[in-house]
Amino acid sequence: MAHKLPKKDVVIIGLGWTGSIMAHELTDEGLDVIAIERGPWRDAPTQYPPNYAQDELRYRIRHELFLRPEQTTFTFRNKMDQTALPIRTWGSFMPPNGVGGGGVHWNAETWRFLPSDFVLKTHLTQRYGASFLPEGMTIQDWGVTYDDLEPHYDTFEYLCGTSGTAGNLRGKIQEGGNPFEGPRSRPYPTPAQAQPFSHTLFGKAARELGYKPFPQPSGNLSKAYTNPLGVRLGPCTYCGFCEWFGCGNYSKASPQTTILPVLVRKSNFTARDNSEVTRINTDRSGKRATGVTFIDTAGEEWEQPADLVILSAFTVFNVQLLLLSKIGEPYDPVANKGVIGRNFTHQTISTANGFFDNKKFNFNPFIASGSIGMCIDEFNGDNFDHGPHGFVGGGYVGQVQTNGRPIQTTPVPPGTPTWGAAWKAAVRDNYLSSVVPGTGVHGSFYSYRDVYLDLDPTYRDRFGRPLMRITMDFHDNEIKQNAFLTDRFAEIIKAMGANQVAKVYRKAPYDATQYQTTHVCGGAIMGADRPTSAVNRYLQCWDVPNLFVTGASAYPQNAGYNPTGTLCALAYWSAAAIRNQYLKNPGPLVDA
Amino acid sequence: MPKRATSIVLGATAVLVPLLVAMKSVVATVPDSQAFGQIERGRYLAIAADCVACHTVLDVGKPFAGGRPIETPFGNIVTPNITPDRDTGIGAWTDEQFDNAVRRGIRPNGERLYPAMPFTAYTKMSREDVLAIRAYLKTVAPVHNQVVTNTLPFPFNIRAAMRVWNALYFTEGEFKPDPQRSAEWNRGAFLVQGPGHCAACHTPKSFLGGDKTSEYLRGSYLQGWFAPNITNDARTGLGHWSATDVATYLKTGHNRATAATGPMAEAVKYSTSQMTDSDLAAIATYLKSMPGQQDNPTPVRADDPSMVAGQAIYRDQCSACHSLDGRGVPQLFPSLADSSIARSSDPTTSIRIILRGARSVATAAEPTAPGMPSFAWQLDDAQVAAVVTYIRNAWGSAAAPVSARDVNSTRLDLKGRTD
Repeated sequence: MAHKLPKKDVVIIGLGWTGSIMAHELTDEGLDVIAIERGPWRDAPTQYPPNYAQDELRYRIRHELFLRPEQTTFTFRNKMDQTALPIRTWGSFMPPNGVGGGGVHWNAETWRFLPSDFVLKTHLTQRYGASFLPEGMTIQDWGVTYDDLEPHYDTFEYLCGTSGTAGNLRGKIQEGGNPFEGPRSRPYPTPAQAQPFSHTLFGKAARELGYKPFPQPSGNLSKAYTNPLGVRLGPCTYCGFCEWFGCGNYSKASPQTTILPVLVRKSNFTARDNSEVTRINTDRSGKRATGVTFIDTAGEEWEQPADLVILSAFTVFNVQLLLLSKIGEPYDPVANKGVIGRNFTHQTISTANGFFDNKKFNFNPFIASGSIGMCIDEFNGDNFDHGPHGFVGGGYVGQVQTNGRPIQTTPVPPGTPTWGAAWKAAVRDNYLSSVVPGTGVHGSFYSYRDVYLDLDPTYRDRFGRPLMRITMDFHDNEIKQNAFLTDRFAEIIKAMGANQVAKVYRKAPYDATQYQTTHVCGGAIMGADRPTSAVNRYLQCWDVPNLFVTGASAYPQNAGYNPTGTLCALAYWSAAAIRNQYLKNPGPLVDA
Repeated sequence: MPKRATSIVLGATAVLVPLLVAMKSVVATVPDSQAFGQIERGRYLAIAADCVACHTVLDVGKPFAGGRPIETPFGNIVTPNITPDRDTGIGAWTDEQFDNAVRRGIRPNGERLYPAMPFTAYTKMSREDVLAIRAYLKTVAPVHNQVVTNTLPFPFNIRAAMRVWNALYFTEGEFKPDPQRSAEWNRGAFLVQGPGHCAACHTPKSFLGGDKTSEYLRGSYLQGWFAPNITNDARTGLGHWSATDVATYLKTGHNRATAATGPMAEAVKYSTSQMTDSDLAAIATYLKSMPGQQDNPTPVRADDPSMVAGQAIYRDQCSACHSLDGRGVPQLFPSLADSSIARSSDPTTSIRIILRGARSVATAAEPTAPGMPSFAWQLDDAQVAAVVTYIRNAWGSAAAPVSARDVNSTRLDLKGRTD
């Protein structure tokens, strides 16, 4: 039997970005909030101090800040007729663990989605006709619009101190910014980061080719900043250790550097780390959550009752907890019924590496930050006419090289031997004079009937619970999109003056061992219609109205941008609905 | 009937009037300990005097219940329970006994208190002040907690020795305002000398633990830290701080130059951050009026090997936060170029912060509480000495070099410390 704890107003599952935002907003409302976090407490001076935060072996290669697969993992297969096998070391995405969640180890690329991204199905159908969409594609509108979210994007950017150049200020296009972005109510809180040589050169080449390059919006700050909560961040030092790493010197926006210092001072907030929530409890009707059950490091089981449950774990674990708690109808791809696990997506990433004359070019690639870079948005979303190309979707492309870290930054031109003296010589000759953008092509990943999450029939975790099974593959639409974007990107790299450009297309089948960002999305998607979504436009669970599910699990499909800005804007949007509507009259905020 | 009633009233008046006169005089000397104003005054004075920090095992949730060991050069003294518990606290004490303890260092049984209890400073308060604190302490939750306070080794455990000590170092008497000075200065002087007991940490001590009054507030080693010079000394004190810088530091724990860590973080958290802005301004005015010394040490030459090594280590390890020009980020990363602590005659605090790291205080106004990591595992004694020598002499500063031996003794001292 679980030990029963005193009831709280709110229990939050997972203390990452959205958990922290929800905790802050709801404690401000006067509610008594507890957050339960599976992983440990994390804090710069003790866990990733500046005198060893830049340890590539420890953090990048050995995954110190991530979930351990022996704690729990997923099974993976490409096709529904295959047998899924457990992932035993992380590959294509990195499940976060611990206080701050993915906000600790992200690159801090802080984008907004395009206005058309939120009404994607309607928009594409109107422009190209329903038959233009490939069979099996299950994209849909979000149920929320860019205009709904704009004030909340703004709140998040000002929380973080995001560095960038506005491209559209209240409808007026701004020189130097992204002309395709939706209108923003204010400029970025801090100016764009300074760009190193290769990034600057990319911007110049892109401009000469007729594009409108702009600096990538960055949560690694160009200057010291004090956010509206009174929390201070320092200026980025361009050390090039952002993604996979915690920032040792307070210059990357994270829950630790923006919200938690204020949250931990509140008497109506409690956090419990190293405690894994195993299920959301419901009453006999199944229509009301009564709290959660969690297990501490001693193996003791505890029940935390609460009036309101916020599920803000990582995408895949949000879906797993809903399935294990028997909340919502599990998705069945054969019958094409049910919602939990439906429309799981990722990102379509590729790059083009440029090799330059090392007597003329010295890029010093180690001068960088996680969201450094010059980008163009001409090929994102529906910013261009897809009619002649036979695919939908797109992404930004840019020289967004985040580092020159010694273990993994060994670019060599195609044809170089993969080991031995010739390889060593090629590494030496090319280290300073190569452009290795990493995620230079950052394409969308739209949703399909046969890409989804469900409970694995065979493999179980240490508590005997089924692991999540990922069924995922690339479809022709994304492969075509990627080929088109990669070719456009390579043209710009070539125009920078590269002697040789190596295109690295994304190809099917989807490979779970190749890193492609941690932007897995969907599985508990939001929407206007109950039969095709797990949560309504306020992230409120259709079936259990006192349960809200935050994070990228709500994305009906993934756009050609990094997801964090949007999922945090959604968290603020949802919190506002709870504060302004739900608490006055607890119940469904949208009639089903 | 009316007539008779009048005579009764008159008769009662005859008795009552002298009684009321007598009561009025009592009221004048013993205020009503239940009155809101009295309790509130006492609460504020208890904050200014930071009673809670020593008389509480912090973070256990039993304020004023005592039991916290206070480190002195002579051994640890455990603080007593000052909650109103009648058996183990001070609930059964008379006001006279309380006043004697706080302002004269005399226990109810006549024994002498050790000056870890700063009665040498609290004597500057008035009897009314002390009774207000007493009134406040009567309102806190009584906690049954028996504390053995005297844990000093022989011979320091003989309290009678304190009679001699008092004769040498204790001047009893209330604060006397200086009519030549402003009201603000006098308020600051009262707070610093009296309840704030700043000298307890910031004034150097004799071998018997008494204040060296000729070096008032010029900085002192205690408990593994060097509490810096807080006179207006330009090089090692507050000379380059404005009065606003001082007040901001006390209110928020941070200012454009530095951040409170260690024992001062505690003083900011429990005491100064909760004081009024006008009192903090008064403290600043008073401290800024304390003259500094006019010494001009010769800077260590920039080409000295320790400076060359120190600069290299500084650029590699320190400049990411404290910046190449040593100025850091205001309110976030202390400016070493403006740091009087870095140039202190005793470098213990700089060495300690490098070896062990430090967490700055979080306050309502400055919640960030940035931390500095430990470098003890990474830099050896000579390297720490070099970088400390560098920050003491870079950016136009000057201070005596630090040796590897200095670093080593701090390193050994820290081994025995858990804080």
